[in-house]
Amino acid sequence: MLLIECPYCGVRPELEFVYGGQAHVARPHDPAACSDEQWAEFLYWRENAKGVHAERWRHTHGCGRFFNALRDTTRDQFLATYRVGERPPAASSREREPQP
Amino acid sequence: MLVAIFDARHDLPPTYRLCHRDQTMQRFSGLSLLRRGLSGHRDWQPQWRKAEPKPAYDAVIVGGGGHGLGAAYYLAREHGLRSVAVLEKGWIGGGNTGRNTTIIRSNYLRDESAALYDHALKMWEGLSQELNYNVMFSPRGVMMLAHTVHDVQVFKRHVHANRANGVDNEWLTPEEARGVCPVLTTDGIRYPVLGAAFQGRGGTARHDAVAWGYARAADALGVDIIENCEVTGIRRDARGAVQALETSRGVIQARRIGVCAAGHSSVILRMAGVRLPLESYPLQALVSEPVKPIFPCVVMSNTIHAYISQSDKGELVIGAGTDAYTSYTQRGGLHISSHALEAICELFPMFRRMRMLRNWGGIVDVSPDRSPIIARTPVPGLYVNCGWGTGGFKATPGSAHLFAWTIAHDRPHPINAPFTIERFREGRLIDEAAAAAVAH
Repeated sequence: MLLIECPYCGVRPELEFVYGGQAHVARPHDPAACSDEQWAEFLYWRENAKGVHAERWRHTHGCGRFFNALRDTTRDQFLATYRVGERPPAASSREREPQP
Repeated sequence: MLVAIFDARHDLPPTYRLCHRDQTMQRFSGLSLLRRGLSGHRDWQPQWRKAEPKPAYDAVIVGGGGHGLGAAYYLAREHGLRSVAVLEKGWIGGGNTGRNTTIIRSNYLRDESAALYDHALKMWEGLSQELNYNVMFSPRGVMMLAHTVHDVQVFKRHVHANRANGVDNEWLTPEEARGVCPVLTTDGIRYPVLGAAFQGRGGTARHDAVAWGYARAADALGVDIIENCEVTGIRRDARGAVQALETSRGVIQARRIGVCAAGHSSVILRMAGVRLPLESYPLQALVSEPVKPIFPCVVMSNTIHAYISQSDKGELVIGAGTDAYTSYTQRGGLHISSHALEAICELFPMFRRMRMLRNWGGIVDVSPDRSPIIARTPVPGLYVNCGWGTGGFKATPGSAHLFAWTIAHDRPHPINAPFTIERFREGRLIDEAAAAAVAH
């Protein structure tokens, strides 16, 4: 089981959290104006990154709030967590090369 | 012991004996087993060559699991391609082919899916004879339990839809379900069993034997099976068409490339600039210590989530739901597999004291509608067979057969024509979230 740092509550076990998929996927302001490609991109196309992945989590059994995280999907290691509305930390943690 | 592994009831068609090698493939038969048994089994030849990569092939398949090896076999056998290679970054059958719970069934809801999965199921029925290799296909019946009113409605809908499509599936009362599987508990549990959908033609097969049988048969037709060969890049010409693969064992020219890379499909396709609507999740399974035959069928429960069967070796084979988050680690959270075991202990209290021997994870490529993609890509010469998610093993022969057809003809076979990448843009989804039966 993973330990995840909620930016509001601190480090808690994974069981308290729910995964919320890729982060920073903005819903189009005017869906009716989207092309089929743009709408499908919003609905179905995800990065599926092998390496650093920006993703949403919710501290369901804690403060209940959503936040974002950077996780290395080759190791399941959390590199950083940050609040909704903040930009993903681009600092050293993000530049760490994923190991094979 | 070998008698149990190799099936020799039927002769192969004569074309099968056309072999590129100076030495023809040793065929398995009752007589050959007896003869070699008497001489101490010392004169069996390796079942396939350890091929070195050549500079160029007519077609290259990326991924040496059942789907990829099968596709190479059908390219050589049914479409006459003489120069085919399978590239595998690890060892053949070491990915999801060797990590699944070997369940085979075709009781999917939609017309498109019923045609696809039943095509595969019909091929399973003759696969051991086709390959001269016993894949131990065992149509022992697959029972899917209903625990809620919603389950009952969904499964009855499946039963009716399947029958309209000529796919066997029947509704069982709890008493009838216990008749099929006497060790099942239907009452006195948190979610009592209200009934079950039962597909009698479904069952299991030996997963390793599927990879090995296809590898051996493909090799006999001249296919090069190249292990420890990881694809690192895809080269394209001025027109954009595929030209060559960069690999850990050098550059390999190929004008036709078929990708069967399961959880790594997104990674490989990205090398050619193609993005896929897939997400890769770990899916875990476990086996128990082996015991005497106790479990006569396959039982799946979507609602409390577990599925279970017993291998011919005696191990209980148990599957969990996918882990919550995307990952490429081939392992998952212990609480996910514990949850599956809790469900098993609820349904089968007699297994509470069984010890689990091993657990592991595979990386499954889940598509938004839980249906696969078997299609051309926007890049000429590049084909993809992916998105099988949690249920690819059951489709292995059909998927391989249709993918080979698609590569050979540069257009989809009518059965896989609906399973395109473009369906997600066109809104022609083939929603099998319920039939997939594994919690996502």
